[in-house]
Amino acid sequence: MKAPGFSRKTLCIPYAVFLIFFVVIPMCVILFYAFTDSEMHFSFSNFLRFFSDPTKLSTIVYSIVISLITTVICLVIAYPVALILARSKLKKKFIILMLFVLPMWINFVLRINAIREFFNLLSQADALSWLETANIFKTVVGMVYDFLPFMILPLYTTMLKIDDSLYEASADLGANSFTTFFRITLPLSMPGIMSGVTMVFLPSMTNYVVSDMLGNAKVTIIGKFISDYFGNDWHMGSMIALVLLIVVFVSTWLTGGFHSEENVRGANL
Amino acid sequence: MAEHIIELKGVTKYFGEDLIIDNMSFFVNKGEFITFLGPSGCGKTTTLRMIAGFDLPTSGQILLHGEDISSLPPNKRPINTVFQRYALFPHLNVYENIAFGLKCKRVINTYRNANGEEYTKRERLTKKEIAAKVKKALEIVDLEGFEKRSIATLSGGQQQRVAIARAIVNEPEILLLDEPLGALDLKMRKEMQIELKKMHDRLGITFIYVTHDQEEALTMSDTIVVMSDGVVQQIGTPTKIYNEPANTFVADFIGESNIFSGTVVGKHKVRFCGKTFECVDDFEQNELADVVVRPEDVKMCPPEEGMLKGEVISVVFKGIHYEITVQVGKYEVIVQSTESRSVGETIGLSVAPDGIHLMKPKYTTNVFDGVITKHNTVRFGDGEWECDVTQLYPESHLDEDEYLITKEGEKIDLTDTEVRVEVGLNDITISDEEDAGGVMGHIISIIYKGDHYRLIVRTEENEEDFVFATEDLWNEEDYVSVIIPKEKILLSLKPKAKEDEA
Repeated sequence: MKAPGFSRKTLCIPYAVFLIFFVVIPMCVILFYAFTDSEMHFSFSNFLRFFSDPTKLSTIVYSIVISLITTVICLVIAYPVALILARSKLKKKFIILMLFVLPMWINFVLRINAIREFFNLLSQADALSWLETANIFKTVVGMVYDFLPFMILPLYTTMLKIDDSLYEASADLGANSFTTFFRITLPLSMPGIMSGVTMVFLPSMTNYVVSDMLGNAKVTIIGKFISDYFGNDWHMGSMIALVLLIVVFVSTWLTGGFHSEENVRGANL
Repeated sequence: MAEHIIELKGVTKYFGEDLIIDNMSFFVNKGEFITFLGPSGCGKTTTLRMIAGFDLPTSGQILLHGEDISSLPPNKRPINTVFQRYALFPHLNVYENIAFGLKCKRVINTYRNANGEEYTKRERLTKKEIAAKVKKALEIVDLEGFEKRSIATLSGGQQQRVAIARAIVNEPEILLLDEPLGALDLKMRKEMQIELKKMHDRLGITFIYVTHDQEEALTMSDTIVVMSDGVVQQIGTPTKIYNEPANTFVADFIGESNIFSGTVVGKHKVRFCGKTFECVDDFEQNELADVVVRPEDVKMCPPEEGMLKGEVISVVFKGIHYEITVQVGKYEVIVQSTESRSVGETIGLSVAPDGIHLMKPKYTTNVFDGVITKHNTVRFGDGEWECDVTQLYPESHLDEDEYLITKEGEKIDLTDTEVRVEVGLNDITISDEEDAGGVMGHIISIIYKGDHYRLIVRTEENEEDFVFATEDLWNEEDYVSVIIPKEKILLSLKPKAKEDEA
């Protein structure tokens, strides 16, 4: 008989409890509500209602498009920054990196408020009055601003790991900088791109605080939708949450986020 | 005369404030296997990187076939590199790694159009051509059938071969190898050395090889460039560098050496270890010289027959020979012999004239081994001298109890510290008066040097020699005292014994 004692497994108990109460049970509740009607009978009615309602479907597509735009803009801005930082020999480059990451440490609602006030100020000018109604534009700007650090960090850490001698080897073998970029830098930074994309694309589909505050409540993304439904119809809300879950799962699987270790290595700091 | 494929002309390289390469000039013959040899930090890798184009010289020229390529980017040079840690592309397999250079390559093909006029086109190599070249390269490095393997699944030796194949497949004019065997185990390294040498013979490409391993350099090279502190110390064939080292650095770095400070006392006569030896080199009389004797040139004999007599203090079996350390007076002499001796035995040692190599010393000063005594004086050359011990530690001073206090405030008792003592040729004077200086001795040699005399005073006890210049005329055999002013005695701490560093 083994003496009962303190083992490493004991340390898992707090997390296991947390997991059960805040992940497993809520998931079961969502599942339960998604497949019941208001009389608590099992039914597919929410499911049917969801997929027969063009507004709901278009909201999903709308969310995906906004997230995609945000992600692409983030990638386009972050990639050169990360590459330049990772390859520079500057001793103080950590400080420059900090400047990009610093906004993350300021309260998120505060930042969005600030950006809204900034837009309001800009739209006072005659030439920029179009800003008042450019809800999608403002939403996307807010999201890019909000999620940019999540793109830079994984890219930067992945690029740091690319040995300088690989660039030298490429040049040595006759490749110009263009070829080197497409055949060495890009493929080797792919894991960083993947984790950056995952970390921007998924949250920007659900982060309705940004769209609410910057989009004059005219931009409805899927997260906003869920929140609205949970006011009066938990069954429908659960169903949309479930659909979102599946979308997230599929997109993570498509971008290769489930290959453990290698591909999530950018997500530190 | 062979064609100079590459030539460095007054190349100097600074990294920030640090001088890495100091006005370096040499050439490489076409088809040669040349090795840059030197300790780490001597600038050999930097030199290689400048030839490859990764670093640009701060000043000076690098000529390829007589044309300046100093500022040409690496991808425009017909030179390929095998990197120290291989630098294989981890996301490509063996085939793709080797084909990388070929895919970047453009060749100029000549065609004939319908009217019979010739025209040229810059074209990529076809898939078929690339495949054939890769296959041939894999054959050369003995890795047939490895095309589809991923780099991560290869052993160190196999990665090494892929790195070589990736470089030679481009048929470069010069192949640069930056310590390519450093990461391999001893047996593998020996095998690869022979294979690389064979490859060089077969391909006819100029190889420039960088290593800190003198044995590797001696085994493989046609020519060795010995470097230290960013300066070429000697260029020559392995045999020449080993047998006729240009200075004590080369002698010490290539193979084992006994190095003594000696004095040339006559024609083909040099004095070291307290004895006068016949030698082959002809130096000016009364010059100081560094004497290098290879351990295998020291012969052991019965005590009464040898020039030197000493006690065996250690015997180490080295496989083919024994390395025997003999204490001769205060000198240690290393001997290599197939015969063994037992520790504690007294033996005689002799050196044939052609085993003694004389070199101009780096600093023409008197150098002694000294010991600091109790009263902060130094004992050397059979005498005891007043000296300034604070020069051993910068910004130190003595307290009232005569202890040395360092800059950091640490108290050091210097008694019995071994030091190196240097006294300049012009810093010694002599006097008839007894006890005027630190030690008495006889003048054994006087040579007129145009405007002054070069004298040697030898002490009686251990026959230490003081060499110096004077304008006064003295007579040989005069018994004089040697005077050295306190501030002219330069002290430096002895580096720890060499074996400790290695």
